[in-house]
Amino acid sequence: MKEKVVRGLSRSLVHMVIISICLAWTLPSFGLLVNSFRSRRDIVATGWWTSLKTPFELTVENYMDVLTGQSQYDRKKPGPSILRHMITGQGMGRAFLNSLIISVPSTFIPIMVAAFAAYALAWMRFPGRDLLFILVVALLVVPLQMTLIPILRLYNKLQLAGTFLGVWLAHTAYGLPYAIYLLRNFFRALPRGLFESASLDGASPFLIFYRIVIPLSIPSIASLAIFQFLWVWNDLLVALIYLGGTRDVAPLTMHISSMMSSLGENWHLLPAGAFISMVLPLIIFATLQPYFVRGILAGSAKG
Amino acid sequence: MFFLTVYLIYPILNTAYISFLGNGSEEFTGLSNYWYVFTNADMLAALKNNLLWLLLFTSTTVSLGLVIAFLTDRVRYEAGAKALIFLPMAISFVAAGVIWRFMFEFRPAGVPQIGLLNAAMDSLPGLEPVAWLVNPRVNTFALIGVGIWVWTGFCMVILSAGLKSIPIGILEAARIDGASEWRIFRSIIVPMMGTTILVVATTMVIIVLKVFDIVYVMTNGNLGTEVIANRMYKEMFNYHHFGRASAIAIILLLAVIPAIVFNLRRFRAQEAMQ
Repeated sequence: MKEKVVRGLSRSLVHMVIISICLAWTLPSFGLLVNSFRSRRDIVATGWWTSLKTPFELTVENYMDVLTGQSQYDRKKPGPSILRHMITGQGMGRAFLNSLIISVPSTFIPIMVAAFAAYALAWMRFPGRDLLFILVVALLVVPLQMTLIPILRLYNKLQLAGTFLGVWLAHTAYGLPYAIYLLRNFFRALPRGLFESASLDGASPFLIFYRIVIPLSIPSIASLAIFQFLWVWNDLLVALIYLGGTRDVAPLTMHISSMMSSLGENWHLLPAGAFISMVLPLIIFATLQPYFVRGILAGSAKG
Repeated sequence: MFFLTVYLIYPILNTAYISFLGNGSEEFTGLSNYWYVFTNADMLAALKNNLLWLLLFTSTTVSLGLVIAFLTDRVRYEAGAKALIFLPMAISFVAAGVIWRFMFEFRPAGVPQIGLLNAAMDSLPGLEPVAWLVNPRVNTFALIGVGIWVWTGFCMVILSAGLKSIPIGILEAARIDGASEWRIFRSIIVPMMGTTILVVATTMVIIVLKVFDIVYVMTNGNLGTEVIANRMYKEMFNYHHFGRASAIAIILLLAVIPAIVFNLRRFRAQEAMQ
């Protein structure tokens, strides 16, 4: 009987600890979400929790302002439509588009390159193969800071600095070691007999790759793609270095960080801005979480 | 392979070379950049902060991750709880920075606080609101707290997977023998997960050495919060001293060499098993 009471107590203790940790982890984001829908006057004057009582006084003005880069008074003037402002203006609509332009190719190119390389490293025989792969493993954790100065100088010479192409290529290179490592280990785990019987039937290595290896690896490629996409989408350093300070190519992370450092007038737009940058990651997280977790588990040593 | 060479191998060698050159990267100045790195007051402060990050961030994320993994293993809403804690991993450090800027927001005592932390401080008797990001005694700890908020979920996911791979029979045998849960945690789970814990800790050490975004967006390294990666950025873009920036990069590389060796060993062991 006494034991049962102790058990019951310790069980409720476990629940309490877990729930309070969850609260501590969620409240900051929840508070920001509430703040993003409050008016400028409220954000600056009172805490977000004061808005949690009826009647709710919430507004989407912040989102409109931050996306178009215009205040609501400017928007009322006749001129180009709101959509146009989002895309061509100085606001975050443009930055959102830039983030997409940067992230999508920076996800596809490295995975394509890595798939070929990983296949070669896993199943083709050539001299120095093991050494090459050891090099890849070593490069997994090399800080990318190492490469910034030489690459930036090279880019300045080739006029790649400040271009999307330059950022795509840089992200490709930085993503490659992890992508090769992950895919090589996965390809390696495929049954050997598969390859032997296919090549006995006269299939070329390319055909085996294209018709057998790729279809079998769709789940791991998906994990990798999600991982790489989020990595690039959330990146600040690479964009800062290779894109410079220009607004027309800046992704969301750069846009928000410059909003943060220019203190004052746009401070109330930060919550809405931060949430715009989080929308896509959150959707991906909510729908594809198992893949995301698998991508992290498979490597767990990204540099 | 072409990519790896152009973007990773060549730059490493080139950075090593530049680190011995002077301001305009023209004259050879020997070790003077390294001398600067280890004697300049700002650099030393950054190194000290990194050490603080290293100790506090790594130990907290790993141990908290382990405890959460252990506790959530025994409740029915495990998946939901873990998803909430893991969520910050999906968003950018910049967004995390905004979230926490509002948490840390400070107003002088007497005025209504708009940041949750200081509002809580205000409502408790005997506590004064704290300027979390300004006060040099607490600001680095505040930034480390943000880092922990982001990365604990990562540790938790990997450690939880390790935990689930422990054969359930062992745990049940221990329970039948009357071992307390704490004893099971300490004497079975921690030793059996030694390698996993080491892997996670290594990853955290690497993360910490390169920590940049959080500091950049929240304080830009001002008020005594600088870390080496921010220092490097400043040397590059504010002072255009590529020699010093390269020396910092080389030190970062040297610092991760143990991790590289560790990874290679682990990889060898894995291959030998197949």
